[in-house]
Amino acid sequence: MKQSRRNFLKFAGLSAAGLCLAPTAAALASGGGGHGKAHAVVNANSKHAKRWAMVIDTRKLNTDEAINALAEVCHHIHNVPTIPGKQDIKWLWEGTYSETFPNQTNNFPSEELEKRKFPLLCNHCETPSCVRVCPTKATFKRADGIVAMDYHRCIGCRYCMAACPFGARSFNFMDPRLHLDMEKINVKFPTRMRGVVEKCNFCVERLAVGEMPACVEKSSGAMTFGDLQDPDSNVRKVLRENFTIRRNPAAGTEPGVYYII
Amino acid sequence: MLEKALKGGPKYWSWIFFLLLIIGAGFVVYVNQLQEGLTVTGLSRDVSWGFYIAQFTYLVGLAASGVMIVLPYYFHHYKKFKGMVIMGEFMAIAAVVMCLGFIIVDIGQPQRMLNIIFHPTPNSILFWDMIVLNGYLLLNVVIGWTCLESERQRVKPPKWIRPLAYTSIVWAFSIHTVTAFLYAGLPGRHYWLTAILAARFLASAFCAGPAILLLVVFITRKVTAYDPGKAAINTLTKIITYAMLVNVFFFLLEVFTAFYSNIPGHTHSLAYLFVGSHGHTELVPWMWTATVFAFISLALLVPPKLRDNQKLLPWALILLVIATWIDKGLALLIGGLTPNPFNEITTYWPTGKELMISMMVYALGALTLTILYKIATDIKRDLGELVEPE
Repeated sequence: MKQSRRNFLKFAGLSAAGLCLAPTAAALASGGGGHGKAHAVVNANSKHAKRWAMVIDTRKLNTDEAINALAEVCHHIHNVPTIPGKQDIKWLWEGTYSETFPNQTNNFPSEELEKRKFPLLCNHCETPSCVRVCPTKATFKRADGIVAMDYHRCIGCRYCMAACPFGARSFNFMDPRLHLDMEKINVKFPTRMRGVVEKCNFCVERLAVGEMPACVEKSSGAMTFGDLQDPDSNVRKVLRENFTIRRNPAAGTEPGVYYII
Repeated sequence: MLEKALKGGPKYWSWIFFLLLIIGAGFVVYVNQLQEGLTVTGLSRDVSWGFYIAQFTYLVGLAASGVMIVLPYYFHHYKKFKGMVIMGEFMAIAAVVMCLGFIIVDIGQPQRMLNIIFHPTPNSILFWDMIVLNGYLLLNVVIGWTCLESERQRVKPPKWIRPLAYTSIVWAFSIHTVTAFLYAGLPGRHYWLTAILAARFLASAFCAGPAILLLVVFITRKVTAYDPGKAAINTLTKIITYAMLVNVFFFLLEVFTAFYSNIPGHTHSLAYLFVGSHGHTELVPWMWTATVFAFISLALLVPPKLRDNQKLLPWALILLVIATWIDKGLALLIGGLTPNPFNEITTYWPTGKELMISMMVYALGALTLTILYKIATDIKRDLGELVEPE
């Protein structure tokens, strides 16, 4: 009796081990070329950089209409709803000089500067405080400097919103689909659910297929997008030739968006 | 020992039923919040944390307050606190239960809550806050329960409880320090960006927490004949008084730094809270109420003659609790997020639904506290430590 029980246990154990190993063995046997192997398919044309950055020429791009046109394109392709009131979602929007650079205001600004509007978006900082505080790594910095969001990981604690010194993050207080025209949504990009934080993503989904960010494409040359680490890149060229400032440098986050004034 | 909570008079049961009613009503509203999202709150893009997180912050102070009894008892062998130790520990349990409750009702996707554990992120202070709060809950449950059980068995508490008790004393400081770090480490939020925030949190915890504890103990004394003793009450009142003085002093330090330096970012929030800015004065009456109450409570607590007046004491404590609650349970959060990074004011006020859900969490804490205090006082009665009312 005792002997047979021991045999039975041995048999059961081996069988269980075999069952566990079987898929691995099958996968090894297929030599890597078989179906069912999960690995990312990389678009051959995808755009790469060591550190993506943006330069905005506010001499060329400074009116409500021009900036709203960019916001419209951005919000449309990313299925960003327009919600009346203070629970709105914003990826790209506009602000006055004093809203954009509250710590660098002047008591006698030039008339022209007072009238200008400035495009506002996530700054994709070098040391993003939103990433530092996120308790689930739902917001993270990619190797190419883009600060990205995993909407499926986010628990909606809104710590990142408190931490962002630029007010660049929005929270889905309600179901965003209630304020989207579901007939006209971009089916290539997901809509979000309520209870998660979202923000501008520097169009990572477009870079992945070799396209420039939508606002850059639409800006007719007023926005430059490129690799900050490459001395020969277009952004470095523009930065060399123009005086630029960044928002709230005192926060120490090293924003990746530069403004030509 | 739990069976003690199942036997009680009609007053006890109607109180329990009343709390269950509030919890039930609040839960219905919470289900509505789960369906609609946090849009049912008064929160916005700019003021993204509000009443829930403010209550959480305030109650962490209540949780930490028990240490003002446990520390003198264990470190200084102040035996007069013996009767109160269990009360402080059980208060801490109820307070942490409420803290966790307020965090759960505040998050947008509560079903993903365990992501904090599945994807541990040591660079986030929230991760450490989770560790210290749950750790403190566990410590107090184990220590409180074991000590009470051995008291009931009329034996000495086991030896391993001592190192745990010492740990819990240090741990109590950590829960409020780490909670302060949640705020103090954020760039661009000047009202929170101050090195003495943790010190301010502890000072306000060590006055407000024992004040609430003492008020609860007074109620317990009325209904159960449990009496911590005059000496214990007087000592704890002294601790409350000193902590409140330090609390007010620390706040004045902030005011000096902000206005003498005259750095705009540092003055904005204080100006918004106390005099209003851009035409927004919603919090001004609250802040001045807090200021006046704080000074009256100190006027009633500092002179020994008034402090030892048992008739006056509850009123002084109530004023102190209101003052500290406005400062930490309301203004700290709103003031920190206003003005926003664009230097604009977005007003925030909790909605009725938000308050209903908050009532649910508070009632949950009161229920926990009632049950724990019922057990503790019943056992003390069995031991003959209570004087039965004639």
